[in-house]
Amino acid sequence: MTLWWSTLCVAAPLLASVLLFLRPKRTAGIALVAVTLVLIGALGLAVVLHDSGPQFIAIGGWGAPLGIGWRIDGLTVTMLLMAGIVGWPVTIYALDYFGGAAGGRHFWPLWMLLLTALCALFLSNDLFNWYVTLELLGLSAVALVTLSGKQAALDAAQRYLYTGLVGSLFYLLGVALIYNAYGVLDLAVLREVTEPTLAVWVALGLMAVGLLVKSALFPLHFWLPAAHGSAPAPVSAILSALVVKGAFYILLRLWFDLVPAALPGAVSVILGALGAGAIIWGSLQAIRATRLKMLVAYSTVAQLGYLALFFPLSGAGEWGNAALTGVVYFMVAHACAKGAMFLAAGNLQRAAGHDNLVSLAPTAQALPVSMFAFAIAGVSIMGLPPSGGFIAKWSLLSAAIGSGGWIWVVVMIAGGLLSAGYIFRVLSLSFSESGAEPKPELAPVAKSSEWASLLLASIALLLGLNALPVLDLLSIGLPRIG
Amino acid sequence: MMVADLYALVGVVLFVMGLSALILRSRDLQRILGLNIMGTGVFMLLVTSAHGDGQAADPVPHAMVLTGIVVAVSATAFALALSLARERHK
Repeated sequence: MTLWWSTLCVAAPLLASVLLFLRPKRTAGIALVAVTLVLIGALGLAVVLHDSGPQFIAIGGWGAPLGIGWRIDGLTVTMLLMAGIVGWPVTIYALDYFGGAAGGRHFWPLWMLLLTALCALFLSNDLFNWYVTLELLGLSAVALVTLSGKQAALDAAQRYLYTGLVGSLFYLLGVALIYNAYGVLDLAVLREVTEPTLAVWVALGLMAVGLLVKSALFPLHFWLPAAHGSAPAPVSAILSALVVKGAFYILLRLWFDLVPAALPGAVSVILGALGAGAIIWGSLQAIRATRLKMLVAYSTVAQLGYLALFFPLSGAGEWGNAALTGVVYFMVAHACAKGAMFLAAGNLQRAAGHDNLVSLAPTAQALPVSMFAFAIAGVSIMGLPPSGGFIAKWSLLSAAIGSGGWIWVVVMIAGGLLSAGYIFRVLSLSFSESGAEPKPELAPVAKSSEWASLLLASIALLLGLNALPVLDLLSIGLPRIG
Repeated sequence: MMVADLYALVGVVLFVMGLSALILRSRDLQRILGLNIMGTGVFMLLVTSAHGDGQAADPVPHAMVLTGIVVAVSATAFALALSLARERHK
């Protein structure tokens, strides 16, 4: 059954992508079916995992070292569920957003291709397969950014494309060095044979740089705000919620299976310092932003910084496990909350025809459901209880406190306060006086789009109210630290 | 072994050359060429690892390079199309 469920996660969106490319008129229904199938496949894998533990699959009977192996453990399944759960409301939202518009013809096949690449990435456990899925993910993501056809979007897309390709090539150069040294690509085999030699350090360094560029860790985030801010709303949600997590997922896998224990502590401290830089810098930029979508995009830069705080905390003995749970939970909670924020911001932008914060107050007051969704998502982003973001930050905080990493505690608390700063800037739109000026003409926004954003925000909240099942699933087959 | 080392060295030099073109040049075509030269450098290095010291060559790197070329061709086509779209917009 494992093979069927995992194949479903990749085959369903791939088939949908081809069908939607050949028959653009059919659109939407197919995409919704495919996303549902991904969700079913992920749930099926969760059941298998619960009953019989982590699995390795040799596709077509060709195992490592010649074939390509898939690995299914708690981390894989949590990520697949994340993709399905975020993908569903985004698809509902996009049905109305693109409707019959020309952009939709390209959106649907590309979105399905992106989902295929993402699911394949989460299932893979092979250095070269990850390169291929990263490129598929990157190219379809850039193509999605261009959909609006505006000059700003094209410029952002080009920068995103070039940066992404350089990131992939750095990663591939590292893979080539590893292959040169060991002649193996499968991670399960590699973890047995790698030793802390110079070649391995150089290779890991190159791969890490490539992946950090792709996951937009400060100061390599320069491509992100423009790309995420100028894409159509459902695309921004997909990019911020899911695409950046793909590269970070590979980084996590490498960290556990390939990085020798002899790693100098300075490396993880530097990574943590970059994360701290991201939190401070991204939040300050979000507070200063003049456009709503840029604010949300800079918030992504800041939130991705928390992911990097995991590295110094993972070495904290028995507290390492809390840090690992925290970082994975953070990825999921951020995906739901940030997806919801971009969808809500998209509703405001569509209604008003712009997203300049200064003149958005009347629009915000006309769309209470979207603003409510933004507020709930904001609770999770700020890390307040009872939300998924709270559970994630609490785990990271307790790991930092338990291991005496006070500097990280200060950074996390400061980050929480700063995020409150930019989120309340948006929420205050609901309560500010519109004055006597005439009400602007608002374009209609479909109910389904408003409710889609609220649905995703509610999931971010539910992750906090009902954390145990997710934490149990996540811990299956997770590497034990300390 | 000396030939293999030379290949690897040339591969790394090509990678750095391509990267510097991408950073220093401003015209789209030059930067896209830079990306391709970077890719070729990595491919050179991969091909080197197929070297079997007198025995049959390892086929896996060839498969990787072929896949890499497919990716590079599509990425280049896309980059050119994007560059054209930006030209038309101006």
